[in-house]
Amino acid sequence: MAIKSKKAIIALEDGKVWEGLHFGAKGESYGEIVFNTSMAGYQEILTDPSYKGQIVAMTYPLIGNYGINSEDVESRKPFLAGFIVKECSQISSNWRSQKSLDEYLKENNIIGIEGIDTRALTKHIRLQGAMKAVISTKDLDNNSLIKKVKASEGLIGKDLVKEVTCKKLQTWNNQGKYKVVVLDCGVKFNILRELANNNCKVIFVPAKTDAKTILGLKPDGLLLSNGPGDPEGVPYVVETVKELLDKLPIFGICFGQQMLGLALGGKTYKLKFGHHGANHPVKDLKTGKIYITAQNHGFCVDINSLNKEDIEITHVNLNDNTLEGIKHKKLPVFSVQFHPEAGPGPNDAKYLFGKFVKMMKNS
Amino acid sequence: MPKRTDIKKILIIGAGPIVIGQACEFDYSGTQACKVLKAEGFHVILLNSNPATIMTDPIMADKTYIEPITPEIVQRIIEKERPDAILPTLGGQTALNVTVQVAEMGIFDKYNVEVIGANIQAIKKSENRELFKKAMHKIGLDLPRSDKAHNLKEALEVAEKIGFPVIIRPSFTLGGTGGAVAYNIEEFKRLAKTGLESSMISQILIEESVIGWKEFELEVMRDVKDNVVIICSIENFDPMGVHTGDSITVAPIQTLTDKEYQKMRDASIACIREIGVETGGSNIQFAVNPDNGRMVVIEMNPRVSRSSALASKATGFPIAKIAAKLAVGYTLDEIPNDITKETPACFEPTIDYCVVKIPRFTFEKFPDADSTLTVSMKSVGEAMAIGRTFKEALQKGLRSLEIGVDGLTDLKSEVSESKLAEKLRTPNAERIFYIKYAIKNGMDINDIYKHTQIDRWFLHNIQEIVELEKQITDFSQQMSDNRCQKTENKRQKNLPSDVCPLSSELLLKAKQFGFSDKQLARILKTEEEVIRKLRNKLNIKAVYKLVDTCGAEFEAYTPYYYSTYEKENESCN
Repeated sequence: MAIKSKKAIIALEDGKVWEGLHFGAKGESYGEIVFNTSMAGYQEILTDPSYKGQIVAMTYPLIGNYGINSEDVESRKPFLAGFIVKECSQISSNWRSQKSLDEYLKENNIIGIEGIDTRALTKHIRLQGAMKAVISTKDLDNNSLIKKVKASEGLIGKDLVKEVTCKKLQTWNNQGKYKVVVLDCGVKFNILRELANNNCKVIFVPAKTDAKTILGLKPDGLLLSNGPGDPEGVPYVVETVKELLDKLPIFGICFGQQMLGLALGGKTYKLKFGHHGANHPVKDLKTGKIYITAQNHGFCVDINSLNKEDIEITHVNLNDNTLEGIKHKKLPVFSVQFHPEAGPGPNDAKYLFGKFVKMMKNS
Repeated sequence: MPKRTDIKKILIIGAGPIVIGQACEFDYSGTQACKVLKAEGFHVILLNSNPATIMTDPIMADKTYIEPITPEIVQRIIEKERPDAILPTLGGQTALNVTVQVAEMGIFDKYNVEVIGANIQAIKKSENRELFKKAMHKIGLDLPRSDKAHNLKEALEVAEKIGFPVIIRPSFTLGGTGGAVAYNIEEFKRLAKTGLESSMISQILIEESVIGWKEFELEVMRDVKDNVVIICSIENFDPMGVHTGDSITVAPIQTLTDKEYQKMRDASIACIREIGVETGGSNIQFAVNPDNGRMVVIEMNPRVSRSSALASKATGFPIAKIAAKLAVGYTLDEIPNDITKETPACFEPTIDYCVVKIPRFTFEKFPDADSTLTVSMKSVGEAMAIGRTFKEALQKGLRSLEIGVDGLTDLKSEVSESKLAEKLRTPNAERIFYIKYAIKNGMDINDIYKHTQIDRWFLHNIQEIVELEKQITDFSQQMSDNRCQKTENKRQKNLPSDVCPLSSELLLKAKQFGFSDKQLARILKTEEEVIRKLRNKLNIKAVYKLVDTCGAEFEAYTPYYYSTYEKENESCN
């Protein structure tokens, strides 16, 4: 039957297997399996470079409904290792839609799988933690897949940044009062868009760019971007940040906060299944105000590892009390673990870009 | 901010008699409020004219007045009871209206009663079209364009500026003549002329028509510290022109990208702040032009509404209960999420299923009533269903209506092409069945869209149901052809005949598309029991999944369940 030929399998390193039907590209792909709880925004999720090395399962079951357009991309292409949904829509219905999700994944060689009990899968990840997984349309033998996934490389200690960072310096926007250099560890376009919206000239540079070169560009501020994988896999970025700490106003986002945390002598650790969604409540400890934030991280800075004499805890997550934001007590340096640039998710915390601009203005 | 201690006695206003548009959902919200406030140690006084409600049960409030909900009665209760505060946002429009009237009589000032939830200014701002328009323009939100005209020349200029179709509303008419829609210049000239004549001040309001646009609703909550969260997003299956209460509605929104949704979310937050609802829930409605995405605000209800009752059930977030807590000073981060316990109520629920609400009509009881659906609500109830797909929830919802259908069934008789077009164009209670008929008879989705303006995503999903039904019929036809052959062979070989009317794959898919056993039996011309036995034999059984507010991200302690056909059953392990 035709149905049989579309079969695809997800196998996890703990031996759990799910069977579904493939869409998008065919093949076999390995990565860490995570779930995302955003109900909309699959296009932004697909193109977020932070998902490099991960297979993403959407908890909302109906995906692909509004197709794909050319505007809502967060990077030059999708980097994730696979995409899991309950039902991939056969129709794309939206005035901006240009192609279907299926077509888009085919074009970009990303394997999709549908017909999965994504709730059961999510619960499994919640209980057992994010783990290595394989998604395959060519090897349909469960035992063979489990064996292969067990032997596959995980992302601990690995440098995934080098796979997503830009190859050479690029200008995003050359109009504006303040010149911001973005250290691109896998930056989302919305960060660049927001900086541009806030009257900034925006240049982004490869993650390996050293401190001297950055200072040579004479920026008013430095933005440490989001990015994929283990923060301890990129000691060279931490070194650069260390050297620039007292030289420039710095704003870190997500992976950028982890870079900053490490540069300030803190430690990072891996969360059980991370935060991937658009509904995380974050409290600003100074004002008591709560922001609903977009999040996407598997690692976190250990709140207890930071030197409280120099560093102030500014934000915490209300769901699990993990660290969400810090600032330096003496230097114009701050960061957040969530995504103030949204894309996908709420715009509640966009004011932070204004805060960064003010910081540049005052220094 | 903890609970307020400066207020002790609170007067709650109920919704009064059950009428179309204001039914038991307000008994539910009022009851929740009584329970919450009493548990918090407040002295609760309740006014409701309807004794056939849960909230008027003696244990609910400390003191209950079953009296007409009029300003005079409210005044007398205030004189006698001297409450510190009045909570008007949980008793529907009735409670809001009477509260405004009492405020205008100066009673609250005289007796020092504080209006909690939404204040009088906020209620007025949301109700008065002019004030609302001004408020929305102030925060940069778009509304349907409109302008006044005093003669035909002015009217034509306005119409040209706005573009057809337009709605013409005469100002100050005797007996209140309603609006009329003009689709072209000829119609417009005629209607504008009559409009101007019927207006006592020779003035008409010409408004851009958003009939046929996509309709959306957001359920929003705000606390006293100005934290705002969206509880639920809803997309209407029926486009603008049909009252939300009469529309099939779906949660969450299905056909907006995140960018478009966030724009709507930002607009809702700006709206609740500008209107000034200090604490509690609001419902904000939007229309979106399906061709270019232009978004306009339609209206805002500064209170718990029918949609919030639906949103509560759809997400597991008890809006009325939380609204009552917020009204007495708690903030969202101080209130735990009832279901997950360890996470706070200050978040936005995410759901991992699809919810479909279908209105229930009783036109058979009112043979003279016009069964066309318009902007005035006509339904008397509704059914809500949850499924892992829209298709499943839709079919479950339809058979829950108790209108004698077991899913998306066929019309009882053939209809002519012209009648079909008419039934698709003009919203009516059976339109969904006419859509099925049209698809089954080969009408293209784009043509159905032209008639109905129902989003192609919904139509396509219906088409998938129809196509599966066809596959089932074809399969069974093929089997029965084979059966004749096989039975003949078997008879010759003296073997028992044992034939499966459906393959395992098809049967599972049918269940996942929401087909009931009865419906399948009807399609396959067999008994419900046969399908049930077959399912059991093939181990295709319903599983139960949780409604947990968080898409399984956190453990659920007090969830509820819905049935579906998936791998994992969460009801027992």
